[in-house]
Amino acid sequence: MIKEKFSEGDSLLHNLDPRIKIIVALFFSVSVAVIDKYNSLFFALLLAIFLIIVSKLKVKEIISRLLVVNSFIFLLWLMLPFTLPGEIIYTLGSLSISREGIHYVFLITLKSNTIILATLALLSTSSIYNLIHALSHFHVPDKLIHLFFFTFRYLQTIHSEYIRLNNALKIRGFKAQTNFHTYRTFAYLIGMILVRSYDRSKRVYDAMLCRGFKGKFWILDHFTFKQSDFVSGIIMISCIIGLVLWS
Amino acid sequence: MHISEGILSAPVLITGAGLTATAVGYSLKKIEYKEVPKVAILSSVFFVASLIHVPLGPASIHLILNGLTGLLLGWSAFPAILVALALQGILFQFGGITTLGINTLNMALPAIICFYLFNQGVRSKNNFIAQILAFLCGFLAVLLSGIMVAVVLVFTGEGFLQAAKLLLIAHFPVMILEGVLTTFCIGFLRKVKPEILSIG
Repeated sequence: MIKEKFSEGDSLLHNLDPRIKIIVALFFSVSVAVIDKYNSLFFALLLAIFLIIVSKLKVKEIISRLLVVNSFIFLLWLMLPFTLPGEIIYTLGSLSISREGIHYVFLITLKSNTIILATLALLSTSSIYNLIHALSHFHVPDKLIHLFFFTFRYLQTIHSEYIRLNNALKIRGFKAQTNFHTYRTFAYLIGMILVRSYDRSKRVYDAMLCRGFKGKFWILDHFTFKQSDFVSGIIMISCIIGLVLWS
Repeated sequence: MHISEGILSAPVLITGAGLTATAVGYSLKKIEYKEVPKVAILSSVFFVASLIHVPLGPASIHLILNGLTGLLLGWSAFPAILVALALQGILFQFGGITTLGINTLNMALPAIICFYLFNQGVRSKNNFIAQILAFLCGFLAVLLSGIMVAVVLVFTGEGFLQAAKLLLIAHFPVMILEGVLTTFCIGFLRKVKPEILSIG
């Protein structure tokens, strides 16, 4: 199952208005992405870690998420120090490591991890449905909101369909290997999911028409903007402004 | 082929976000309300496809299938890929807010180019021609995405040139694999449900 592991919980960040969280997350990510100074980036990392602590998320889960993302960054560590031109600090046979390369990869590692920690603490602590609902308050076009709702709703259905077909393959002794048979099987599996999904989408729309759909989703559960939302929002935004001014 | 946060320069990120916003806006105007469930459900199929790992020699790679997405969705591929990438970002922390625009552009623009190039061809009566074109569609979509990622990296800093070249070369087997899978998948759809191929 595709799960929103972090959205359940009881902490200041879980209870914060998703609208505030989206604004802060956007503002924070953009600031960190453009800052190039080490000291302000370290401060940003501390802020992100602080947010994680406040959100009371399980450290073990967070680390496993970070490991996955950092495996991509590890590839950059293998490439950039050798390929970026600059002052050479170490030579290893025909390869030479440049100071600029190391500096650059380190910056990237720092920025990526900071942004990921902050988004985990801010966005993943809301359910996807709440985030989509919050987006609709920011004048995101209706159709895009509907797309978000439907895609997330049917993600679960289609994923379990895939699991089901995959189990059927396994029961018949299918083993994925590097050959045409494997690729044909996977292509047919995806084709089958596409065919079923296509039919499903027609049924879904018909069902919507039966229930009187006229291009609008009615939301029953509204956000209430509390004083604590306002205060936390102001504090977080001023931290980010401080961060940007300082760099 | 996501670019992670913190790599690209601000002008590149802003250009990417701007172009994606324009393209998504344009394509949302073209989508009718009755098409929304179809686009969304296909978008979730491609999300799920990206979770499928296919063995390739000693390694295993996950599918991209942006060529097929383009063929089936046409311009709707833009919002569909945007939504899928945004959800991946929130659920798995792949990609993120600042790179959402540029990542969507890198995946969706090749999808639309493939739609215009191959949309007629894969419905051709001649099975052989349709297969060749389907292969090219899958191959070209990943190739174009790779080139775009490379260009974007070089725009950020010329020092990325070597890394960008390596990345493109490393993706060559992926292009072949995507071509093969797209060929089989189009062949399947032609037999089982040809009307899917006439959307767009």
